[in-house]
Amino acid sequence: MTATVTLYIDGQALAVPAGASVAAALAGAPGGCTRLSVGGERRAPFCGMGICHECRVTIDGRRQLACQTVCLGGMRVTTGVHAA
Amino acid sequence: MNRATHPHCTAGVRRCDVLIIGAGPAGMAAALAAAPSGAAIVLVDDNPAPGGQIWRDGPGAHLPPLARAQRERLAGAANVRVLCGTRVVSLADAPAAGTAPALLLEDGASGWTQHCASLILCTGARELLLPFPGWTLPGVTGAGGLQALIKAGMPVRGQRIVIAGSGPLLLAAAHTARQAGAQVLRVAEQARWRQLAGFGLQLPRWPAKAAQALALLQPGLRAASHVLEAQGAGQVQSVRLSRGAGHEVLACDRLACGFGLVPHTHLGQMLGCALGARQGLAVDALQATTVPGVWAAGECTGFGGSEKALAEGAMAGHAAVGDAAAAQALAGERARWQGFADALHRHFALSPQLRHLPRPDTLVCRCEDVSHAALQARSGWIDAKLHTRCGMGPCQGRVCGAAAQFLYGWTPAPGRHLLAPARIATLAGYGNDESTA
Repeated sequence: MTATVTLYIDGQALAVPAGASVAAALAGAPGGCTRLSVGGERRAPFCGMGICHECRVTIDGRRQLACQTVCLGGMRVTTGVHAA
Repeated sequence: MNRATHPHCTAGVRRCDVLIIGAGPAGMAAALAAAPSGAAIVLVDDNPAPGGQIWRDGPGAHLPPLARAQRERLAGAANVRVLCGTRVVSLADAPAAGTAPALLLEDGASGWTQHCASLILCTGARELLLPFPGWTLPGVTGAGGLQALIKAGMPVRGQRIVIAGSGPLLLAAAHTARQAGAQVLRVAEQARWRQLAGFGLQLPRWPAKAAQALALLQPGLRAASHVLEAQGAGQVQSVRLSRGAGHEVLACDRLACGFGLVPHTHLGQMLGCALGARQGLAVDALQATTVPGVWAAGECTGFGGSEKALAEGAMAGHAAVGDAAAAQALAGERARWQGFADALHRHFALSPQLRHLPRPDTLVCRCEDVSHAALQARSGWIDAKLHTRCGMGPCQGRVCGAAAQFLYGWTPAPGRHLLAPARIATLAGYGNDESTA
């Protein structure tokens, strides 16, 4: 059985395989989105390789690309989906 | 700000003999070719692990033996420092005579100016992502994007996936998705059977590629078929594809669309490197660019796959440490794979019909939400930027620039200052190098 780590996405605990990227975790979660666009649309990881910046989220207080960040236990990810 | 006490202000100056940007097959091959010289080599990549896109590691990845072997050799080379999670932010100060341009780099903790005697650009390629109605819906990704996310651990078991666009990457993405337990309903290739058959007939020239193609062929493949629209409420739920004169609608959980590859020339262009005939950076017989001290290898010189990248990377690595004979010895291997690249370009040429994919209200610039109608009214890339903010969001036109080139025939101008969003501390540290010697 593969090892898992648990991170928190907008406060919700999510267990993912060790070594998974935050983008993979977000895109794999039901309704997993990353941000609201300028026009208010929900967006999710798109290019998967650090180009499009659709997956930018706040990870432990810093804005980062989810697709280039590996999930760590206890990591706190804040998406832009629930922003006012 | 007190730079001495701020934890992120550790900006300074670092020096090495050979700096390699990009740790995919080309960058790894360059480092391994240069390593026996004893030169101090720094290999930089913005991803968490070396391998680039094709050898991307992760919980869902199955790395080929060659990729593992190259990684082990790199780890065993004491004079090669591999810096993952590190990106090029900008150019740094003008170099001293006889050295390559300096770059401003940033990792998770700090930023610094990296000087080097020789610079090798192995910046790879990105997917050509063309806009169509519904392409911004969650669940729609690039084709390589789907593959990258699955390798990075995205679960797709039992999901219905449609893959559309053009090029061999579609079949590779379908293979990865199937290996991960997904049901690939359709692979829609925009090229016609006649084009594909022409490509297939050439393949025996590269037996390994012919075997690979046969292994990837699948019943869901359709030629002369392209995406028309992704549909769904808040998430993709179905896709409409053209099929001959008609169309088909498939219910799906994910849609992955990629229309080929675009060489990453941004950094090279900022450095002043000229472009070549194959959309990539121009290089000479030993992979030198038009800027002294700067070499380029792999997809950034024109896409053509990992074998071409390995040959070019090794050539550049040898050349950058002054071993022209070893570099020259790889010329035959490079020419063989350049032939494969040229066949790819010929047989997967995009149909002009794809220019009609977006509707007036389809967004072309995903960062700034700029519609096709707003852009059609503009006269060129700069005009569009000034009036609509197209290309001025975080991706800096990396997605919409190539799309606008295809849709409107514009030539996107490369960025002039920053290559990537950067921390203020990195930029604040730049120019104050003497304080942290």
